[in-house]
Amino acid sequence: MNVLVYALHRDGAINKNSLGAVSEAARVAAELGGEAHAVLVGGDELTDELLASLGAFGAAKAWRVRGPEGLAQPVVDAMGVLMSEHGYEYAVFGGGLLGFEIGAGLAARIGAGVTMEVTRIAVDDGRLIAERPILGDSSISTSRYKGKGIVIGRLNAFDAREDPSAAPAAVEDLEVQFSDFSTRPRMVRRGEQRGEEINIEDADVLVAGGRGLGDKDGFGALEELAGVLGGAVAATRAVVDAGWYPYSAQIGQTGKTVAPKLYLAAGISGAIQHKVGMQGSENIVAINKDSNAPIFEFADLGIVGDLNKIVPKLTEAIRARKAS
Amino acid sequence: MKICVLVKEVPDAAVEKRIDPATGRMDRSGERALNPYDTHAIEAAMQIRESGVADVEEIVAVTMGPETAVRTLHRAVSLGADRSVHLTDPALAGSDVAATGYALATVLQRESPDLVLLGQQSDDGACYTIGAVVAEHLRMPSLTQVIEMDIAQGPDGLVLTCERQAEYGYDTVEVDLPAVISVGDAINEPRYPSLKAIMGAKKKPLETLDVAAAGLDPARVGEAGSQVVCGEFKAPPSKQGGEIIEDEDTDATVERIVAWFEERKLIA
Repeated sequence: MNVLVYALHRDGAINKNSLGAVSEAARVAAELGGEAHAVLVGGDELTDELLASLGAFGAAKAWRVRGPEGLAQPVVDAMGVLMSEHGYEYAVFGGGLLGFEIGAGLAARIGAGVTMEVTRIAVDDGRLIAERPILGDSSISTSRYKGKGIVIGRLNAFDAREDPSAAPAAVEDLEVQFSDFSTRPRMVRRGEQRGEEINIEDADVLVAGGRGLGDKDGFGALEELAGVLGGAVAATRAVVDAGWYPYSAQIGQTGKTVAPKLYLAAGISGAIQHKVGMQGSENIVAINKDSNAPIFEFADLGIVGDLNKIVPKLTEAIRARKAS
Repeated sequence: MKICVLVKEVPDAAVEKRIDPATGRMDRSGERALNPYDTHAIEAAMQIRESGVADVEEIVAVTMGPETAVRTLHRAVSLGADRSVHLTDPALAGSDVAATGYALATVLQRESPDLVLLGQQSDDGACYTIGAVVAEHLRMPSLTQVIEMDIAQGPDGLVLTCERQAEYGYDTVEVDLPAVISVGDAINEPRYPSLKAIMGAKKKPLETLDVAAAGLDPARVGEAGSQVVCGEFKAPPSKQGGEIIEDEDTDATVERIVAWFEERKLIA
C-alpha cells in the first residue's frame, strides 16, 4: 500500500518539515508493504534533480505537477486525482500552514478522514494510526481511519532522515486540470520578510516577548536583559503579526525553531503553536502574571508576577553579578 | 452582498477542558462562551459593512452545536450580526472535522453568501481546518489565518486582498468573491457590544434547523458519518514539574532567579 506525501518547496529547496514527512511516510509505507511517493506542485524550479533528491529521504517516486506555488487548492486538485486514480490510501503532510489547508481540503474532496497536529504515526493491524496530543497536550488520542486517511503533522514532529546512498526518486509528470475555484486566488507577493534580519538560531540565550509586554516598547527591557546575558531577543507570532517585532525573530508554527541553553519567555502564554518552536530548549524560564498560563506547565522555572517589575531588576542583578 | 460568519460555542477559557472517559468525547458541560477568534470574524464583517466599498445587506451568524449554543448566537448578534441560524440535532454529536464541515457547508448553501468568514481556530478541538473543508464543499476559494484584509471593487466584482504569515514569511493573496476566509486575532480589535445591542440580541431572527430541515444526509454526519475514530486516550510522557516562584518581594525573586541561573552556569 503506497503512501502519498506533499513536499513544499521554495527557491529550489524542499521545506524541512516536508522532508520529515517524506521520511515518516517512507517508514510506515514499508510497514504497509508499499512505497512513499512525493508530490510537488510548482513551476520551472521543479527540476528532475530536485525531485530525484527526495530519494535520499525515502521517496521511491516524485510526482511533478506544473501549477501555481504557495496556494493550497491547486495542490488539492493534484492530490485528489492521485488519491482517487492511483490507489493511495493515505496522505501525509509536515507541519506548517499549507498542510492544514491542503489536508483538510483533500479530506473533503475524497471523503477521507483527517487528523491534525499529529506527533506520531504507526501501523496497527495493517492500517495506519495517528497519535495527536489534545487538550493542551494533557492527553494523547489515537485516530483510526474508517477508509482513506490524511495525516497533518505537528511542526517538527517528524524527523528528516537522509541516506545519501539511497536510490534517487523516479520522476513522473502528472497533468492536472485545475478546478475553476482553485485558481481564483492570485499570489501577489510571497514570503515577504517584515522588519530587519535578526539571527536567533545561533544564540545560546534567547529572551522572548509576547503579548503580555503590553506594547512594542516593552521589547526595550528585553533587549537589555538579552544584552547582559549575551543573547538575542525573540518574539511570538501574535506580536510579530501586530508589528511589534521583526518576523525574523519569530518562534513557532510559521517561524523559527530554536533550542538554546536558556529560553526566557516574558509575557508569553505558551500556546502550542509557540511551544513547538522552543520546547527543545535546555532551560525554560517563564515570567507571566497569569498563574494559569500553559507555559508554566513546561517551564523549568516559572515566575508568577509583573514582568515590568521583574525584568529591569533582573537585568541589574545580572550586570552586578558579572561586574563582581 | 451577504456575509455569513461561522461561530462556535467553546468552553470558557477559564474552565479546565476534559474528555468524558465514558464517551470519549469532549466534556461540553460547564461555562460556555463564543470562541474568541470568531469575534474577530464578526468584527471583520462589520468593518466591510462600514467601509462602504460594498453594500452589505446582511451579516448572518451560523453555528452548529447543542441547544446552549443559542447564547453564542445572541452574543454574535450583539456584536453585529443581523440574524442567526442554529443547526442543532442530537444526531450531529460526535461529528469529526469532515462531517462538521459538510454540515455547515450545507447550511451555508441555503444562504448563498458572497463571503464566509470564521475564526482561524477554536479554543477547543480542531484547529485551522474547518474553513478549508467548508470551502471545498461550496467550491469556493479559501484562505486561512488571514491577518489583514482589504476589499475593493475590481473589474469583475469584489476583490479581497489578504495577508497572512505562511512558511516563508508574509504572503499577499488576491481573491475574487465569493470566498471562505478564516481570520487570526491580529486582524482587528473587536468592539464591545452596547447594552442596547445585548438587550436587543434576543429579538433578532433566529432560525433553528435539525438534520432533516437542513437537508443533510444523515449518513454523513455524527459518529456514524465521521471517517475518523478517536480514542484510546493516554497520558503524554510526563515532564518533571518546574519550580514556581510567586513574586511577592521582587528583590528576593530576582535573587532566586540569579541563583538558579548560576547553578546552571547560564551567566557567562
